[in-house]
Amino acid sequence: MISLAGRDIMHAWVKFVFTGVGLGLLIGVTLTMAGVYRGMVDDARVLLDNSGADLWVVQQDTLGPYAEPSSLYDDVYRGILGMPGVDRAANVTYLTMQVRQGERDVRAMVVGVVPGGPGEPGQPGYLIAGRQITRGHYEAVVDIATGFKLGDRIQIRRNHYAVIGLTRRMVSSGGDPMVFIPLKDAQEAQFLKDNDAIARQRRRTAGNPAFNRPGTPGLLDAVIASQSVNPYINAVLVQIKPGFIPEEVAEPIRRWKRLQVYTRAQMEGILIGKLIATAAKQIGMFLVILAIVSAAIVAFIIYTLTLGKIREIAVLKLIGTRNSTIAGMILQQALGLGMIGFVVGKIAATFWAPIFPKYVLLEPGDAVRGFVAVMVICVLASFLAIRAALKVDPAEAIGG
Amino acid sequence: MADMLGKGIRIEGLHKRYGKGDTAVDALKGVDMQVAPGETVGLIGPSGSGKSTLLKCLGAVIEPTAGRMTLGEDLIYDDGWKIPDLRALRRDKIGFVFQAPYLIPFLDVTDNVALLPMLAGRSNAESRKRALELLEALDVAHRAKAMPSQLSGGEQQRISIARALVNRPPVILADEPTAPLDSERALAVIRILNQMARQYETAIIVVTHDEKIIPTFKRIYHIRDGKTEEEAGEGRAFE
Repeated sequence: MISLAGRDIMHAWVKFVFTGVGLGLLIGVTLTMAGVYRGMVDDARVLLDNSGADLWVVQQDTLGPYAEPSSLYDDVYRGILGMPGVDRAANVTYLTMQVRQGERDVRAMVVGVVPGGPGEPGQPGYLIAGRQITRGHYEAVVDIATGFKLGDRIQIRRNHYAVIGLTRRMVSSGGDPMVFIPLKDAQEAQFLKDNDAIARQRRRTAGNPAFNRPGTPGLLDAVIASQSVNPYINAVLVQIKPGFIPEEVAEPIRRWKRLQVYTRAQMEGILIGKLIATAAKQIGMFLVILAIVSAAIVAFIIYTLTLGKIREIAVLKLIGTRNSTIAGMILQQALGLGMIGFVVGKIAATFWAPIFPKYVLLEPGDAVRGFVAVMVICVLASFLAIRAALKVDPAEAIGG
Repeated sequence: MADMLGKGIRIEGLHKRYGKGDTAVDALKGVDMQVAPGETVGLIGPSGSGKSTLLKCLGAVIEPTAGRMTLGEDLIYDDGWKIPDLRALRRDKIGFVFQAPYLIPFLDVTDNVALLPMLAGRSNAESRKRALELLEALDVAHRAKAMPSQLSGGEQQRISIARALVNRPPVILADEPTAPLDSERALAVIRILNQMARQYETAIIVVTHDEKIIPTFKRIYHIRDGKTEEEAGEGRAFE
C-alpha cells in the first residue's frame, strides 16, 4: 500500500516545508527557553565549581554570600584554619556592579580574592591568557565575556586596574561575568565611602562630645581611624583535607565559631532552589504557553489542510478506504510536520544560542524530551482534523 | 431479461423516506430497475425527482427504507442490508464515475487507478499492472506518470473511468459524467463507457441531464416523483 501521507507531503512539499519552518522557529524558541533555564542552573554550578571551595563560611542566620548579604570580619579565617580537617581558608568578597572602561561599562560580579596562585580558594581555576593576580593592588583577571582584553585599564569605583589575565566561564548565578581583583581593593570598593562622605563623617564624629572629650587626648583620632578601616568580607571559602567529609568539618565550625557553614550540596540547593527558583517557574510558564501555542498551530494547520481535502476524503471513503487509513494519513502528516519543525527548531536553537548574552545550555536530554513532546503534541493536535475527516459523509462525493 | 437475472444489477420496489411523521418526504416510491452485464442505460429526470437518492442507495451510501437490490449474484438489500461491510461492497462491487473526476491530486495517474486494488489488499505491483492495462485500453497509457493537474478534462474523466473499472465491479454508477465536457468529448466518454461495459461485462447506469448523450442509450429510465419508467432509447452513437 502506498503512503498517502507521504505522497501528499511530496506533492505540496513547499507548503509543508514553509509551514514546518514556521513551526520549527517556535519549537526553536521553546528549546532555547529550556536552554536558558539549563544555563542558569549550570551558571550556578559553575559559580560553585569555580570558587574551588568545599565549604562556605558566612554570617550566622544568612543564606550568604550569593543569595543573601553576609558580612564577616576578615580575620575570621585564621580561627577557621585551626579547625580540624581544614586545609586552606581564604577570604572573599562578591559585589555585582558596573565596571567601566572609558565610555563603556559592563555589568560584572567583582570578586575580591587573596592574591596567590591557582588552587587558592576563590581564585579563577584556570586562565586562557595572562597570569594570576600576584600583587596586592590594582590588578584584575577578567572573564572573556566582559569584552576586556589583556592590558586594558578598567575602573572600579575610584580606582583603575590593569587587566593582567583572562579567564572563561567564570560567571555569577545571574550569568554576569566575573572580574577578580585583590581582596583589599575589593573591600574598599564594597565598603569604603567617598571622600565627601568621609569628611562629613569625621565632622560628625568630631562634633560628638562622647568621642571628642577634652580630657581624653587621642580618643577622637582612634575613633576616626577605626571608621576608616574596612575589615569586612562576605565569606570564607574553605578547602578540606583529603579523607574528611565536608559535614564533619562544617559542624565544629558552626558549633565553636558560631558561624553559618554550607557544604557544596547545601549551597547548590540554595542557589537552584531559592535564587533561581522564581526565574525557573517563569521559564516553566513560558514553556507551557509555548507548548500550547505550538499545539494550537499544529492543530490549526492540520485541520486547515484536512478541510482543503474534504472532497478527496469523501471520494476515498466512497471508494472504500478504511477510516483507519484516512486517520493514519492525517496523523502521519501531523507527525511529519512535527518532525520537520523539530529539526528546524533544533538547528535554529543551536545556531542562535551562542548569540544570547547569557549562557544557553542545550542538553541532549532536553532535545529528546522536546522531540517526544512535539510528537505527542502533534498526535493530540491531529485529533481535531481526524474527527473532521471521519465525519465526512461519502455521499458528499456524489452530490445531489 | 430473464437470462440476465443473477448478474448486473436488479432493483425491485425500492423506497426511500427522509424524515418522520408529518415532515417525512418519500424520495423513492417503489423504483424498479434492471441493468444487464455489458449494458449501459441512462437515468434521467428533472431536479428533485430522486436521481441522486437512487444513486446513493445503489452506491450503498444511504440505506433505503424498503425494497430489494441484487448486485451481481449477491442480494445486498432486502428490507435491510444483507452485506455487513458496505465499505468493502463499494470498493469491490461498485465503480463510481462523478461529474467532476475527483482524482486524488497528490497521486499520479497510475496510482490513482491502482489505489482501489491496493485498498482491497492486492500487491502494489499487481495493482499497478491492472491499472496500466486499463490505461492502455482507455488510450491514456502515455499519461501514466502525469499528475491529475497536468491532464485535460477528457483525460481526467478517462482516468476516473479506469478507476471505476479497476476492481472489475459488476456495476458502475456514473453521475453526470459528461457535464463539464463539450459535445465531442462527452460522446467520446459515453462511447468509452459503453465499450468498457461490453469488454468487462459491467452494468453501467449513467445519470444525466445532458441532451446530447441521451440519444446514445438503448434503454433509458425516466425517474419522476420517485418512480421509474423504462423506455427504449435511440442507441444512436453505437450502431
